[in-house]
Amino acid sequence: MSKSNDNRPITAKRFMKELRRYEKGSVSRRHFLGVTGLGTAMAVMGAAMPSLWPGKAQAGDLGDRLIFSTWPNYHDQANLDEFTAKTGVNIQVNAFGSNEEMLAKLQAGGTGWDVFVPTNYTISNYVALDLIQELDLSRIPYYDAAANNPKFAGPATVNGKVYCVPKNWGTTGFVLNSKEIMSSPKSWKDFFDVTMGAGSGHTIVHDYQLTTIGAALCALGYSFNSIDPKELAEAEALLIKSKPHLFAITSDYQPGMRSGDGWMSICWNGDATQLHNDLPEMEYVIAADGGEIWTDFYAVPKDAPHLDAAYAFINFMQDPKVQAREAAVHGYAPTDSRAIALQPPSLASDPILHPAENLMNGLEFGAAQTLTDPVRAEVMARFKSA
Amino acid sequence: MREDRKSGRWLTAALLAPTSLWFLVMLIFPLIVILVFSFGERAAVGGYAGGFTLEQYANLPSRLKAFQNTLVIAPAGTLLSLLVAYPLAYFLALRVGRQYKLILLVLVIVPFWTSLLVRTYAWIFILGGRGIPALLEFIGIEGVRLINTPGAVLIGIVYGYLPLMVFPIFVSLEKLDKTLLEASSDLGGSPFKTFIQVTLPLSMPGIATGCMLVFILLMGEFLIPAFLGGGKVFFIGNALVDLFLQSRNWPFGAAVSVTLVVIMLITVSLYMRMTLRSKTGRDESLM
Repeated sequence: MSKSNDNRPITAKRFMKELRRYEKGSVSRRHFLGVTGLGTAMAVMGAAMPSLWPGKAQAGDLGDRLIFSTWPNYHDQANLDEFTAKTGVNIQVNAFGSNEEMLAKLQAGGTGWDVFVPTNYTISNYVALDLIQELDLSRIPYYDAAANNPKFAGPATVNGKVYCVPKNWGTTGFVLNSKEIMSSPKSWKDFFDVTMGAGSGHTIVHDYQLTTIGAALCALGYSFNSIDPKELAEAEALLIKSKPHLFAITSDYQPGMRSGDGWMSICWNGDATQLHNDLPEMEYVIAADGGEIWTDFYAVPKDAPHLDAAYAFINFMQDPKVQAREAAVHGYAPTDSRAIALQPPSLASDPILHPAENLMNGLEFGAAQTLTDPVRAEVMARFKSA
Repeated sequence: MREDRKSGRWLTAALLAPTSLWFLVMLIFPLIVILVFSFGERAAVGGYAGGFTLEQYANLPSRLKAFQNTLVIAPAGTLLSLLVAYPLAYFLALRVGRQYKLILLVLVIVPFWTSLLVRTYAWIFILGGRGIPALLEFIGIEGVRLINTPGAVLIGIVYGYLPLMVFPIFVSLEKLDKTLLEASSDLGGSPFKTFIQVTLPLSMPGIATGCMLVFILLMGEFLIPAFLGGGKVFFIGNALVDLFLQSRNWPFGAAVSVTLVVIMLITVSLYMRMTLRSKTGRDESLM
């Protein structure tokens, strides 16, 4: 080792020679690693590794990860990346198709989630089941209760305690491809008529009891939220009758609509915006005979493993600037007036994001009992396996 | 001598202990839990509430369609996989030169390096309106619907399960004594006759193993029908996911599971008896 080539990198020939010697057992592992420079290389690599795993160094006490359960097409990846860049916290995103699916996971326990996005009607249930925790609003300074319309923010407060902060509000109607469907359906009744008529084979309904059963109930003239077994039986009959005419039962309906296979789908208005922006023939309809108006929230499960990161993330997402940027991508209206003020005029006056009040008269917020009602759950499950 | 046997027994017990413990904790206990759940009731907000009722089993007919779909498409998918896999395995085992064999075998495994979930998601676009149907339209065949049909699910199944069928058949063909083929042709057997009377019977163990592997997994399949069936081609696996993860009716889900296990036990034991009887003394199956 004390030869002239001390500081020069080892030659290929000498490396092979040393390797043979090591293989034959003539030299020790230590000698081999030392003479070939591999030992040094490993030490350097080892020291460099922590910076390859982003975070640790800069993360402080937030930890390096956050598990976030939300809905499909509901965020701008750039904003999530910005949070990671600022805090060193990597976000693992899970996308869900229904609130029932989220509830099932939380009920089973051990989700590992830090933040999730429940809809208004589920929150009182989560509180009753002791699955979410009261929020310490002092840790979410960007949240301003006064800036949020109580009509939308109301369900966050249960028994005088605040359990979540609002994310976006929206409506559930249907989207149609006007190149394929000329009859301009206006109601859920029309929706099912077209499905079983001119549009047969091209309609998508959600894999979600609230909206799919709700749409059938509205088409029959009942409340979107009905849990009356007789009315639900009629809704089930309508759904099963329409099933042979459906293209799919899925809450991830954008691929189907974009491929041209789907002509009409039950639709959240943000998906409608995204589809309409890319394909102008996609039109959003708030049904004349009812439907849903909703607010989604950020909530923290009782057993969230990365609580500090959860608060930091919720606070980041409450920043009006971030909210406005999110809305520009996902197409759902913020509930926060500060964020609405930051939206470009084209979005602030967009009829899909901000429909005229009179169009929304027939819409209902989801009712808490629909989440746990056994009849609704079984009607949906039977419809799917029919 | 006696000492030896005794210590041998201890050794056997010690070596078997981890496996036995594993099966006990991971298989037997959960099965007992499922069995107990299946006689219970759905709790008010979902989940399980204790009790003893046969109500769940009485409700089984409401999932008849899912059982039917599974019991038709799983065997069909197995058969189709076999028809596609056999020529490939035959080619790999008997026709390919030594120097290419390894590469080609590796190529069969390569898809496993990517998650089945991702690969199945890709098929949504291949089979969707802008995929193969658009190509067909280009050459004048219009109005073809592939995605969300049983056909799409079958394509997904053959794609996903092919390696599981290829390898057992390959192994049994590889071991085949080539002189038997020469003997057959020396005795005047045509290539077709040689295949039917020599090659095929000798590869039966591989076929039996491959079919069993694919069939058992298909009976519990839920991912491929969920993605490529669009909720319209519903397997019993999908019904189970639904019952546990959406409608949160654990007792009914447990009853459906128990029924599925019973159906599996009956079909698999019938199948084993059939294949064991037809196997003429040669016992090379992986089972």
